[in-house]
Amino acid sequence: MYPNRFDYESPTTVEEAIAILDRSGGEAKVLSGGQSLIPMLKLRFAAPATIVDINNIPGLDYHHVDDEGNLHIGALCRHVDLEESTTLADTHPTLAAAAELVADPIVRTRGTFVGSVCHADPQGDWAATMLAQGGYVVAQGPNGRRRIDMGDFVLGPFVTALAYNEMAVEAVIPGASGTPRGSYLKLERRVGDFATASVAVSLDMDGDVIRKAGCALAGVGGRTIDANDAISCLVGKTLTEDSIDQASDAVAAVAEPRTDHRGSDAYKRHIVQTFVKRILTNLARTEQKAA
Amino acid sequence: MALDELKIGGMGASRRRVEDNRFIRGKGKYVDDVVLPAMLHMEILRSPVAHARIKSIDTSAAWEVPGVRLVLTGETMAARNLAWMPTLSYDTQAVIATDKVRFQGQEVAAVVADDPYIAKDACSKIVVEYEQLPAIVNPDQAKDSSAPLIRDDKVNQDSNKIFDWEIGDKEATEKAFADADVVSSLELHYPRSHPSPLEPCGSIADFDRATGKLTVYMTTQAPHIIRAAVAMVAELPEHQIRIISPDLGGGFGNKVPVYPGYVISILASILTERPVKWIEDKSGNLISTGFGRDVYLKGEMALRKDGKILGMRMHTTSDHGAFFADAQPTKFKIGLMHSTFACYDVPAAYLTSDGYYTNKAPGGVAYRCSFRVTEAMFFQERMIHAAANDLGMDQAEFRRVNLVKDDMFPYRTAFGFLTDSGQYAKCLDLGLEAIGYSSFKAEQEEARKRGKLLGIGISTMTEPLGAGNSREYDIIGIKMFDSAELRVHMTGKAILRTGAKTQGQGHETTWAQIVAHELGIPADDIVVEEGDTDTAPFGMGTYASRSTPVAGAAVAMVARKIRAKARKIAAHLLEVSEEDIEWELGRFYVRGNEERGVTIQDCALAAYSNVPDGMEPGLENNAYYDPPNLTWPFAAYICKVEVDPETGVWDVLKFVAVDDCGVRINPMVVEGQIMGGLTEAYAMANMQYITFDEEGNCIGANYIDYLLPTAWETPGFELHEVVTPCPHHPIGAKGIGECATVGGPAAFVNAVMSAIEHTGVRNVDMPLMPNRVYDAVRNGQDVSGMPPVRVD
Amino acid sequence: MTSLYDEVQTPTDGVPTRRVTMTVNGEKRTVDVEPRLLLAHLLRQGMQLTGTHVGCDTTSCGACTVLFDGRPVKSCTMLAVQADGHDVETVEGMSSASELHPVQEGFKQEHGLQCGYCTPGMMLTSKALLERNPDPSEDDIRWALSGNLCRCTGYQNIVKSVLWAAEKMRAERGEDA
Repeated sequence: MYPNRFDYESPTTVEEAIAILDRSGGEAKVLSGGQSLIPMLKLRFAAPATIVDINNIPGLDYHHVDDEGNLHIGALCRHVDLEESTTLADTHPTLAAAAELVADPIVRTRGTFVGSVCHADPQGDWAATMLAQGGYVVAQGPNGRRRIDMGDFVLGPFVTALAYNEMAVEAVIPGASGTPRGSYLKLERRVGDFATASVAVSLDMDGDVIRKAGCALAGVGGRTIDANDAISCLVGKTLTEDSIDQASDAVAAVAEPRTDHRGSDAYKRHIVQTFVKRILTNLARTEQKAA
Repeated sequence: MALDELKIGGMGASRRRVEDNRFIRGKGKYVDDVVLPAMLHMEILRSPVAHARIKSIDTSAAWEVPGVRLVLTGETMAARNLAWMPTLSYDTQAVIATDKVRFQGQEVAAVVADDPYIAKDACSKIVVEYEQLPAIVNPDQAKDSSAPLIRDDKVNQDSNKIFDWEIGDKEATEKAFADADVVSSLELHYPRSHPSPLEPCGSIADFDRATGKLTVYMTTQAPHIIRAAVAMVAELPEHQIRIISPDLGGGFGNKVPVYPGYVISILASILTERPVKWIEDKSGNLISTGFGRDVYLKGEMALRKDGKILGMRMHTTSDHGAFFADAQPTKFKIGLMHSTFACYDVPAAYLTSDGYYTNKAPGGVAYRCSFRVTEAMFFQERMIHAAANDLGMDQAEFRRVNLVKDDMFPYRTAFGFLTDSGQYAKCLDLGLEAIGYSSFKAEQEEARKRGKLLGIGISTMTEPLGAGNSREYDIIGIKMFDSAELRVHMTGKAILRTGAKTQGQGHETTWAQIVAHELGIPADDIVVEEGDTDTAPFGMGTYASRSTPVAGAAVAMVARKIRAKARKIAAHLLEVSEEDIEWELGRFYVRGNEERGVTIQDCALAAYSNVPDGMEPGLENNAYYDPPNLTWPFAAYICKVEVDPETGVWDVLKFVAVDDCGVRINPMVVEGQIMGGLTEAYAMANMQYITFDEEGNCIGANYIDYLLPTAWETPGFELHEVVTPCPHHPIGAKGIGECATVGGPAAFVNAVMSAIEHTGVRNVDMPLMPNRVYDAVRNGQDVSGMPPVRVD
Repeated sequence: MTSLYDEVQTPTDGVPTRRVTMTVNGEKRTVDVEPRLLLAHLLRQGMQLTGTHVGCDTTSCGACTVLFDGRPVKSCTMLAVQADGHDVETVEGMSSASELHPVQEGFKQEHGLQCGYCTPGMMLTSKALLERNPDPSEDDIRWALSGNLCRCTGYQNIVKSVLWAAEKMRAERGEDA
């Protein structure tokens, strides 16, 4: 497995990177962690004329929570940085739950959060967590920065709203105004398997009342599935057997699974329903214990 | 004083492996690590479609790529009569397609260039025009009268059927069924699997025009057979062919056949007069090289009310892919399938088999398996499980009633095999005790209350390991025996060479232990070499767990020849007659005067410096060993699982393995083999398989779809041993390498079936992926794994 | 070297290369590489460090694992040019001429390998684990190694090998003495 020839650029500033992208007129590809891009180059599924390696741009490997509780993840923050974070579970439990389920431990030392979101794989874990939490991507182009909400970011399988001369410099995930609760469940047959189905749920709780609810699905459609509307039936309610059933049915209804060797559409839909129910039931238990 | 055998690394010592010294330093030498001066690199272009007529191939753009030295197509091969080659099952196989492609991944062209990146660039510039034909992906489709004829290249081949075969006593079996109180039946598919060693296949062909010598470094488990095959295919004189199989990154049967890539690299070296390296990528390995299994099995069992088995009839239909390339003894069309039920006292049995061409990769290799015994034993244990349930009998009790008893050996099976030793009930009981069988029912009840389904599965089996004897076993006419050559140097150090070929089994360590046991030379003083046909004696190679039963026996026998000569030398040195010499480990002494003796090292020195008059000097010999029978290890594998009915996910709670492989040369190595084999069994039961969609696209063409378990999923295994020495093997050993892969899968599957049998489900085909288990529980119906799989 | 592989002089003149300098097993190396050359291939062919094995095409098997600035990465999924200015450790760098790393010893003592193909990657991942977690549980080890596939051993002895090494390393530091 050997990639096609390409020109290699390794800018040391974001501006320089954008200038290269701009010059390349859509024939360039940004390389961050490379854990999806390089396999695609090797398999020759991707053959860009230019690779823009951003790994030598300093200052992009951060993740921090700002005063308003928003989590900022820089373009070179690796999966492992989030996995090893000691505070993420308190501020963004959905992300924390997903962090150890992304790919495998070695891929996690190199792959990046933002790169994974930009890869726009319908089975991607991070895109689902972003969508469930109302996250957005900060894109920088020749004319400055703009914010692209996650709901508008992915246009289709492996296609994003980034212009050819834009680079995703940061992902931002809002924090909860009340108590953040949430989780991520993924059905994988072994470590590193792509999701048969996975579910990200994020709740913003005021005592035991749900102030805000978010949900997104991976592996059950041609893109990350936005189930935020579906799970909004929980808003203003507490987690009871009834409200949990209602939410899991509503979320399962918006999945768009297709039958393949990982299972039938009905099976995948059932897994979505089961996982939503399991996440919410576990959260309800946690609430009870806390109370 | 006799030596302490364990201290010199003899039999029974868990000697640490000598090969590890290079592997842990990254100094192993695998084919891809070999670099020859002026070496070129070859890449193969493979067919993207499963069945198509080749209308045209345009290679002109590939030739234009700077650095390209040679582009080969079917035409190039045909011009030298090399477009087709014989298989190990008396069929033919395309080396590079000329007329049609018959499976996805088939070789269509090859490029030789200065480096593999360039070769790959050039491959992508070759334009092939295909006219697609319908793809056949299972035997039912192949049988259909409207099915396209896959092998239209063959004269007199007017259907997709390859063979019909039968064995057993039809009449006696019919009578058993007439007498039966209960008839139990079962039907299942053993899915296509791939041995998938981590290292893919590859070769470096180096033809020297000046000397006429062809040297090929090759990933092969059977270098001497390859030498013979190359002599036949390439029409080169055998003495001018040298096959070197260096370190192998696993084999598991995948590296037995002759692959097109090897042949193409040889021709490329002849044409370019430079060494040509071909290293397959993982996808090429998975989609084009020797697979295992892919057999549909159905059978019925005639039973008496009290649990006694009266008879068994069975039919297998096998899917061989586009070329019949099974690597198996010639006499048997479906390997040793008829070893099925060998551990049970079955008075009458009858087996029929048929095989078909499909648009899938050829192979049918013995994947960690002694020629289809994996399918045979899996069906056996699934059938036993179903029959016990149909009778309402306890699984262990039903087995106890029917297992061959210790005093029945030697026992002739209904299909004619002779099993010779074992303590079957003892192994079973040991396993039941270890897993806590007696308290299982209570545990199961308790778990049900938590919404979890517990199951327990038993698999007991003996299997035939170590082909030949040569009367019955040959591959393309070459008799299945093996060899060893031992040279003891004058300082008492030695070199041993055998015709086997280690690929992780640890021959370099364990063969030396056999010599240490026979001669008292410390194992550390013996170097073991294999894999170079210019230096190693002729042998059939390592697969089908035959190394210890055959080559290992040859090692013991050659050591005994050496000892016999050393005894004469000892008599000479001690100035007594040979009859007055006694042997203890490492030393001859004068009977009645133990103090007066000479060591084996003394004899070695004398062999080169002081031999008796008339004796040939030197201390070396060889031995060819033709075993009188197969060896019959026994295993009882018992597994306890918990099934989550809401998702279909199941976890192994405990796994107990009781293995009786006779005398263990190196217990540490034996246990390593068992744990590795159990992991492959777990993989096949749980996730590892190759399937196809309607168009013949291979699903399982890379490690994203072909799932191998990691350290995280793989359960722990609890091992136990029972030792019943093999009565005919010189050191009492039996084969062990594949027992766990052969017997293991049924333990996992029976366990899951036991957990969900209240739903009325009789069978779910492997692998028991969560979606299949969930569907079975939800619908209360069996789940078939027959391809094509629906992909929307 | 203008060729991807330095054992053959290839007619690839005019193909742009980049000069990169990296530390490999403690030694500074400067090489000219074509950008598309994978790190695994540079190590294997360019530097003859053939202990780094290539097992798959899809970043799945981990046989090519090396330590990149001390952390395990799959070297088939990095470009050689990306190693510019960085530190790479391969299996050949684990031991000195006279002394094995405890992880290497552990793999031999506990029969943690059979064919040896996955072994370098397994050992390097294990070494990195033990540097971060000197006293791992069996589950910690299984989790950390879940990006490295082995076809021979069934992992049980690999886990024991790492435990063996952990104990030895702790003893060497005077803990648990």
